[in-house]
Amino acid sequence: MGNGKSAGLSKLFTTTPWYVPVLFSALVVIYPFFATDYFIDIAFFFGIYALLGLSLNIVLGEVGLFDLGHAGFYAIGAYVTAILNTRYQIPILALLPVSALAAGLFAYLVCSPIIHLKGDYLCIVTIGMGEIVRLALINNPFDLTGGPNGVFGVDFPKLSPNLVIDSSIEYYFLVWAVVGLSILGLISLQHSRIGRAWNCIREDTVAAGATGINVRHYKLLAFVLGAGLAGVAGNIYASKLMCVSPESFTFWESCLMFCIVLIGGMGSIPGVLIGAAFISLFPEIFRPFAMYRMLVFGSVMIVMMMVRPGGFWPRKRGGVAFRSLLEDTGNGNA
Amino acid sequence: MQLLLEQLINGLTIGSFYALIALGYSMVYGVLKLINFAHGDFFTMGSYIGYTMLVFGIAAATAQFGPWTGMMVALVVSALGIALVGILVERSAYRPVYRAGRLPAVVSALGASIFLQNTIMVIWGPRYQAYPAELIPAMRFQFGQISITLLQVIILALSFILMAALYTIVQKTAFGSAVRATAHDRNTAALMGINFNRVILFIFTLGPALGAMAGVMVGMYYRQISFTMGWNYGLKAFTATILGGIGNLPGAMFGGLILGVLEMLGAAYISAAWKDVFVFLILILVLIFRPTGLFGEKTAEKV
Repeated sequence: MGNGKSAGLSKLFTTTPWYVPVLFSALVVIYPFFATDYFIDIAFFFGIYALLGLSLNIVLGEVGLFDLGHAGFYAIGAYVTAILNTRYQIPILALLPVSALAAGLFAYLVCSPIIHLKGDYLCIVTIGMGEIVRLALINNPFDLTGGPNGVFGVDFPKLSPNLVIDSSIEYYFLVWAVVGLSILGLISLQHSRIGRAWNCIREDTVAAGATGINVRHYKLLAFVLGAGLAGVAGNIYASKLMCVSPESFTFWESCLMFCIVLIGGMGSIPGVLIGAAFISLFPEIFRPFAMYRMLVFGSVMIVMMMVRPGGFWPRKRGGVAFRSLLEDTGNGNA
Repeated sequence: MQLLLEQLINGLTIGSFYALIALGYSMVYGVLKLINFAHGDFFTMGSYIGYTMLVFGIAAATAQFGPWTGMMVALVVSALGIALVGILVERSAYRPVYRAGRLPAVVSALGASIFLQNTIMVIWGPRYQAYPAELIPAMRFQFGQISITLLQVIILALSFILMAALYTIVQKTAFGSAVRATAHDRNTAALMGINFNRVILFIFTLGPALGAMAGVMVGMYYRQISFTMGWNYGLKAFTATILGGIGNLPGAMFGGLILGVLEMLGAAYISAAWKDVFVFLILILVLIFRPTGLFGEKTAEKV
């Protein structure tokens, strides 16, 4: 354990032993060369859920805003990619930033009027927002979204005319490269002025406002960045599946993302990866148990919260941690 | 005018389902500040228990004592059964995580929801089940131009009786005031000698029991039930709870009724496909302008 004298990336090692990220990265790189396509695809979806978990972690973990409509942003990213690609043949990789911007802009527009809501009220409004997105996709506005069937025939991402990402292993590396870049970005964000402001708002919104942090601005920023990252996940998802349909973006999906963050540990990047691994790998590993596996899944979630209520790998940070969110359930209007 | 009145009646019928479910959400939230995601599945399970009773258990009773007995037995058995399930879920999934705070309890509640939903699927199978037809005579009452079925009359009457009963218990009895005191300030209530665990027991028997009865009524009204329907109804009922002001029982009842009426009016005058969008938009607009719901009290922020 170092002392973390310099800012930025080295801070990571004050809370996480240095060998953990190294070993994990090595595992990610080596894994596909020893696995069958089926298991590579499972690891691909682990990557997608990791991206989604990381994106919700910005809103829920860093700022403590309850967002149960995150699948809406994911859907915007996926549909923007699918529609622009199938109609105008814009390459998938060029649409990656476009999806992120579209989802971010959408988040800015819908969250601006509701950002002042607190706790569970914000939670239900985001649920409503996510449901409105899904229902709108089903109802096929302007003949764009293809209704309940969705949009078909999304292209493969092309790095160059000869270098097309079309096999499982290439998709796997694409998603994990994006995950890796996002993690690097998020770690430096955590240790920046923005990250500290976010954590300050999470611990005590009133005090944060009193010390001159523009609470509204920083909350919106978290939503926009979180939505943008979810949009990126949507882009990769759309091109991997080659089609998008509204049933991939239900309230249930938002709940899974919520669980990823809470099972892993709020605000903790290694925690989010563990949470994503649990959510994506568990149902696959226990597939032989067929209809009983989800029974076990539900019970494991409960047991996990009994054993490790702060998450599997909680973020350690000084003395104050999640006071407002983990306080006794008795009173308080949090 | 005729359309308006008929849609109002349909809306009140659906709204009373939402209101009954919303009461369970609201009571649990009021006391524990917990969004009980498993509540929608209590409702579904109640519906399935009622189905089993009506299909297998009560043919004899119905033949002997008439159709009313069958319906009442289904309602009572499913309410009792789900009250028991509610207590079990509270003991096994929620009580161990109360101390850890609010967010672990949310995950635990989602876990309990998945568990219950899949229990239903394992027991009754993944396919839709159909409630028996002609449980009660298919009578219609005619008031001028509008008509209302006997089933709707029964559903409305029963729901309003149940809501009135709950309201009386919570507002007028000594035990009800203990529940309200706990919702207001748990620690002080405990200092006054109120047994917190008994209050919890109360809300986790009554809430699920009301939800279960709503489940049986939904089964009789739509005649078709599925193991995933709890999510949809739960979401709507939770919306109703927030619309009325969370933790506020009359608010939950009116929130449910208003939501049902809005949904039906939206379906009639705007578009059936967009009715849920309409409902959620209204919810968002209400919360933008009245952030604590229609009937919620303004709470001063603690610093």
